[in-house]
Amino acid sequence: MALKKKTTKKKTTKVKTKSKSKTVSKKTTSSSKNSKSNKEFKLSKDFTYDPAPESTSVVKIKKRNELFINGKFVKPISGKYFKTYNPATGSVLCELAEANDKDIDYAAKSARRAYENVWSKCSGQDRAKYLFRIARILQERAREFAVLETIDGGKPIKESRDIDIPLAAAHFFYYAGWADKLDYAFPGNKVKPVGVCGQIIPWNFPLLMAAWKLAPALAAGNTVVLKPAETTSLTALLLAEVLQEAELPDGVVNIVTGAGKTGVAIVSHKEFDKLAFTGSTDVGKIIAKNAPLKKLTLELGGKSANIIYEDAAIDQAIEGVINGIYFNQGHVCCAGSRVLVEESIQKEFLKKLQKRMSTLRVGNPLDKNTDIGAINSKEQLETIKRLVKTGQKEGGAFFSPEIDLPTKGYFHKPCYFEGVSSSSTVARVEIFGPVATIMSFRTPDEAIAKANDTPYGLAAGIWSEKGSKVHKTAGQLKAGVIWANTYNKFDPCSPFGGYFESGFGREGGRHGLFPYVELS
Amino acid sequence: MKVNKTIKLYIGGKLTRTESGRSFAILDKNSKHYAHVCHGSRKDFRNAVDLSISAAVNWSSQTAFLRSQILYRMAEMMESKKSEFCNVLTETTNLTKEKAEIEVKEAINHLVYYSGFCDKYQQILGAVNPVSGPFHNFTTAESVGVVTLVTDNTTKFSKLIEDISVIILSGNSVVTLIMPKLAAILAPLSEVLATSDLPSGVVNLISCYYEELSSFVSTHREVRSVSFQRSSIEEYAKFKSEGMDNMKRVVGNFDDKKDSLFKISQFLEYKTVWHPIGI
Repeated sequence: MALKKKTTKKKTTKVKTKSKSKTVSKKTTSSSKNSKSNKEFKLSKDFTYDPAPESTSVVKIKKRNELFINGKFVKPISGKYFKTYNPATGSVLCELAEANDKDIDYAAKSARRAYENVWSKCSGQDRAKYLFRIARILQERAREFAVLETIDGGKPIKESRDIDIPLAAAHFFYYAGWADKLDYAFPGNKVKPVGVCGQIIPWNFPLLMAAWKLAPALAAGNTVVLKPAETTSLTALLLAEVLQEAELPDGVVNIVTGAGKTGVAIVSHKEFDKLAFTGSTDVGKIIAKNAPLKKLTLELGGKSANIIYEDAAIDQAIEGVINGIYFNQGHVCCAGSRVLVEESIQKEFLKKLQKRMSTLRVGNPLDKNTDIGAINSKEQLETIKRLVKTGQKEGGAFFSPEIDLPTKGYFHKPCYFEGVSSSSTVARVEIFGPVATIMSFRTPDEAIAKANDTPYGLAAGIWSEKGSKVHKTAGQLKAGVIWANTYNKFDPCSPFGGYFESGFGREGGRHGLFPYVELS
Repeated sequence: MKVNKTIKLYIGGKLTRTESGRSFAILDKNSKHYAHVCHGSRKDFRNAVDLSISAAVNWSSQTAFLRSQILYRMAEMMESKKSEFCNVLTETTNLTKEKAEIEVKEAINHLVYYSGFCDKYQQILGAVNPVSGPFHNFTTAESVGVVTLVTDNTTKFSKLIEDISVIILSGNSVVTLIMPKLAAILAPLSEVLATSDLPSGVVNLISCYYEELSSFVSTHREVRSVSFQRSSIEEYAKFKSEGMDNMKRVVGNFDDKKDSLFKISQFLEYKTVWHPIGI
């Protein structure tokens, strides 16, 4: 899947390079082949893409959506609903139920009953079979999920289609296999489930985060109350339908919608043996402060460095930087938002980066050619704009390509700040948008020191053609995920999670089971 | 006439008095004066943290084999000072001579046991992950840096040595807060540490009062990991809650599974590295 994506990207770059002036191919020594082909294919400069929108006919959105508790869709006790929007148009999509304390209580007690009466008595192999079923149904309904994810969250269809949905299915498939092999995961120990888990997930990868949370929890024998983010609940509710189709016993998974208040109701409810939260560091700290004795998994913010050494394969590194910060509109906790470039190649790097950025297509997320979709919500767009303004006030060169944005909906151009100091706001604060900061360094030691100069420690990137240098750097970077000569790759068997203020625990792989079991 | 040994703190590889110039008296089991022990201060703690940060960088970059040999060397040195440890424990705690001997023997056994783990936990806790794509993907278990070990007046000597071993075997350094009841042990223990080729600053010992330092330790931003080995769960909850400003990893005997590998893993972070495979 990752490979597929790479190939498409390479293709587009080539097309673009050919369509642009010859100067670029002259500058890169390795592109003599390209310059030859430039002579063969003379494409006009106004080469543009035709619209290629994905059909939405596969998706049906109910006007009013209920809570999923104890295997059934039920009305919220308060009778309250809130609106959810399509960020690409700004128009209302539908209404979602707002779960309050009483709904959470009902969900938690349903989960407890299901845990005690059904799920903890279910054999590992049967749990595995349910998870395999869920994975298969997700694969079968992949198109529907992808389109819905894009409509609801604003991410480009090529990402929801090629990354979010297949990976979500893969997570269920991977953890299904662990359900009856847990004794192998913890050598020398017997394991038992933790019990009832409260899980709160963010809006940047809605279905994928639900899969990351649910799959290991269920495999290990826990039952769950899951709250999707208020702006992106629709795929979680569609997943509830999948769970019904898979005949997962009632109450094993309960899905409750709502905003911060609903989250607080989960965090403060006594019934939960474990809490898992993915979201901002600020909220994560509040949860951790208030529940010091609870088992916690927190996957929080980041301000990840992407280091480009002078001996990097420069064109690949440019793609890596683009993918690092502009993937999913920069709504990625592990986004490579601090680009560190070796001083000797900085000029060439910036030139190439600007050129590549000018070819990014920002627009209709449902268009199959779109690279950058809509910002998830109006609030988030305002946050990004505010931080960009702060960055401009604090100084540093600001660059944003001259590309058109749609007139409706919430969009932001890809951009970067260059020549800013490590202490400036845009270099410290997680922006969660398509905004990079670019800083330079002279020696590997300086690069490592700058990369580690943050309270976060989620991810980092390294670009160099020298193996020993890559390993040395990887060893010294204080981050949970290191992408060397690649970026933003995810896989169900690859542990993900951060050091320091980026949270506790890992998700994915054998290590992703640890937070959902008790050793005995 | 007996020549008494001055009991000092052990910070940054040096036997040193507290910067505060304070001390508290400890009594022997017959309630007679035994010694004046340094009353460690915030500044002593801060100094120890500073020194142990660079010590951890050095210690974790040593080979696992070397760390293993040094832990074994600590066992050797403790064995040769066995009678001194026993005397201190018999005189200053309520242990009988026989019980004290068992304590010291257990402590030595812990050092030998964990010495053998230095170059093995990586293979059990790490992984090569079969991702769906042309990538080499592996997960390693890395030391976290500086760990603060908090004890109480009921802490047994063998448990103290086990807790220190668990922390340092993977390359962490430790700042150990020892409470008055066990403070006399600082004298022989410092000498073991100082003569085992253990790089300076890897293990630091400070005798102090928990009540005086706890809030300072829990909110110290350079302290990122704490082994909380006190018996009060209320204290644990309070400390943990205070420590969340910089997301401290606070682990304790309440989540202790008594499994040695699990204990080691509490002071590790998992790092996953991706690299493409291709030509």
